[in-house]
Amino acid sequence: MTTARKLTMAQAIAEAIGQEMERDPKVFVMGEDIARYGGIFGATGGLLDRFGPERIMDTPISESAFIGTATGAAAEGMRPIVELMFADFFGVCMDQIYNHLAKNTYMSDANVRLPVVLMTAIGGGYGDAAQHSQCLYGLFAHVPGLKVVVPSNAYDAKGLMIQAIRDDNPVMYFFHKGIMGLPWMAYYEGSTTEVPQEAYTIPFGQARVAREGADVTIVALSQMVQKALVAAAELEKEGIRAEVVDLRTLVPLDTDAVLRSVTKTGRLLIADEDYLNFGVTGEIAAQVAERLDRMVLKSPVRRLGVPGVPIPYSRPLEQAVIPQVQDIADACRAMIGANLAKAA
Amino acid sequence: MEPTPERMMWMYENMLLIREYEETMAKVYLEGKLPPNIQKGLAFDIGSGPVPGEMHLAAGQEPVAVGVCAHLRKEDTVVGTHRPHHFAIAKGVPLDRMTAEIFGKSDGLSRGKGGHMHLFDPEHKFSCSGIVGASMPPACGAALAAKKLGKDWVAVAFFGEGAANQGTFHESLNLAGLWKLPVIFVCEDNKWAISVDKDHSTAVRSDADRAGAYGLPGISVGRNDALDVYSAAGEAVERARRGGGATLIEVKTDRYMGHFQGDAEVYRPKGEVGELRKNDPIPGLAGTLRARGLLDAAKDQALRARVHAQVTRAFEFARQSAYPQPREALEHVFA
Repeated sequence: MTTARKLTMAQAIAEAIGQEMERDPKVFVMGEDIARYGGIFGATGGLLDRFGPERIMDTPISESAFIGTATGAAAEGMRPIVELMFADFFGVCMDQIYNHLAKNTYMSDANVRLPVVLMTAIGGGYGDAAQHSQCLYGLFAHVPGLKVVVPSNAYDAKGLMIQAIRDDNPVMYFFHKGIMGLPWMAYYEGSTTEVPQEAYTIPFGQARVAREGADVTIVALSQMVQKALVAAAELEKEGIRAEVVDLRTLVPLDTDAVLRSVTKTGRLLIADEDYLNFGVTGEIAAQVAERLDRMVLKSPVRRLGVPGVPIPYSRPLEQAVIPQVQDIADACRAMIGANLAKAA
Repeated sequence: MEPTPERMMWMYENMLLIREYEETMAKVYLEGKLPPNIQKGLAFDIGSGPVPGEMHLAAGQEPVAVGVCAHLRKEDTVVGTHRPHHFAIAKGVPLDRMTAEIFGKSDGLSRGKGGHMHLFDPEHKFSCSGIVGASMPPACGAALAAKKLGKDWVAVAFFGEGAANQGTFHESLNLAGLWKLPVIFVCEDNKWAISVDKDHSTAVRSDADRAGAYGLPGISVGRNDALDVYSAAGEAVERARRGGGATLIEVKTDRYMGHFQGDAEVYRPKGEVGELRKNDPIPGLAGTLRARGLLDAAKDQALRARVHAQVTRAFEFARQSAYPQPREALEHVFA
């Protein structure tokens, strides 16, 4: 029998890891402050007490070393989970991630398997400035060889984490700080959901229609899904029915789900917290543009993302560059009013 | 190396100033972050109030900043850490503009774009970074520039003992050793890298021992004492200025507050901070100054009143300053 209770996303992630550790002795966790502290964002809360320091390992501040160690241990058949405290910190260890973890499988003609989960915190909105507020999943999705997971709520977070641990490939798992349900940071409460006690998986590459609607499609991921849902509820009062598509994973990308929704609504807004230029929003727009022979758009595609600037510290500046609920709602309203140029 | 009475008094006053600043910041930081004016169910909201985001304070670590910076001139470079206020103050960064920056205001050093972990004051040749281990390479760069320009300027990289396990530490020490750069690497060993203590992070007891691997002298300062730091730093700065190359100094210092404000410090043994505070370096130095006839109760009172007024003014300045306009967010990605 299934028993569900409400969990925060942090609790759901920790529960997923704990259940997989019980099932498979090869699973272990490494990272900074993940043992005694339980992870700065709570993703490993309570695991040290259950599994001890041999399997829940605090590391020195040596990301190149411990992420490379995960790659090496995985090649020997272990199933490491490593935490990079903030995605922003990839700079000190990117070579181990993108030249090795991401490429060794391909370079070995898949004779080397690397079942590594690299989980990391993303997102701004709380005044942590340029080096602690980025999303950057687009950058990792750009590099071939990494599966990219971006959950928006606790239910998905658990199922996607278990799927990630059981996957024989490197998976980057991005949790947004503003949906983790931490007692010290404001968060979108829609991210705290019913979560079954039992272990379950959610296959990668299956987007979820988080809200149905017929007038405009909002494609979103991570915290932006929660913002889009708030915006959609606001729009409904004005008679605008927005459909919210939660991508859940970027690699693999569920292009079909996007196309299905856009075919239905004829309008596409992509709402993202990553950098706007050369990233996720452009990729989704391109996927749709390449299939305009199969659908009719009622308005040009719109994109929301962080314009080409680092995340500023000062609150009014930060709020201006990170897309907000209001920006999503305004963009939808504008699209409903917009017309396509008539073909000459 | 013995400081002049003036230098000693400068160090003392700056330690008072740093402590007053950090304790004031700790209080102001909490404004707007506690129930009931935050999201229901939260104990604390890091993103609200006049000073949002992480806040790393350096109460207890004053001797490192003043003992080193007492030897520096305006044209010497200092690169600090994510816990930067004590270094900035000791290097002479104006308190009012620094505070306005931490409030995210338009009179801030960077008009609010940088914030607490990213203070830039090129005039006083100070900068810092929120990335652990990021201070050493740019300090090497400043030292290289001084060499190329034919100046006797030096550069100082401050970092924590946790950062000594980053690649940048080892790469920079080697580079500085190889190129005989006028740089001083100063490791603040406060034992704690957030929740991980040095015994669980580092294979050697003293980071000063690592200097030998790169052909550099390593000095370990075993007490959290401004005069001891002053002495070690004096030797290092003098060596750098006369072309003798780099030095690594490790200082055993104490972190009185959490890694960040709001850190419940569940990892820290109960009573540890109380024990550490028994060796507070400020009364320690005051005792020395009194013994030498440089300080009495009245003078101490006057100094404390002066730093209190300075800090009060800086926070008032920051509060009065306006927020930048949202459109300014798009400016200055490029010079």
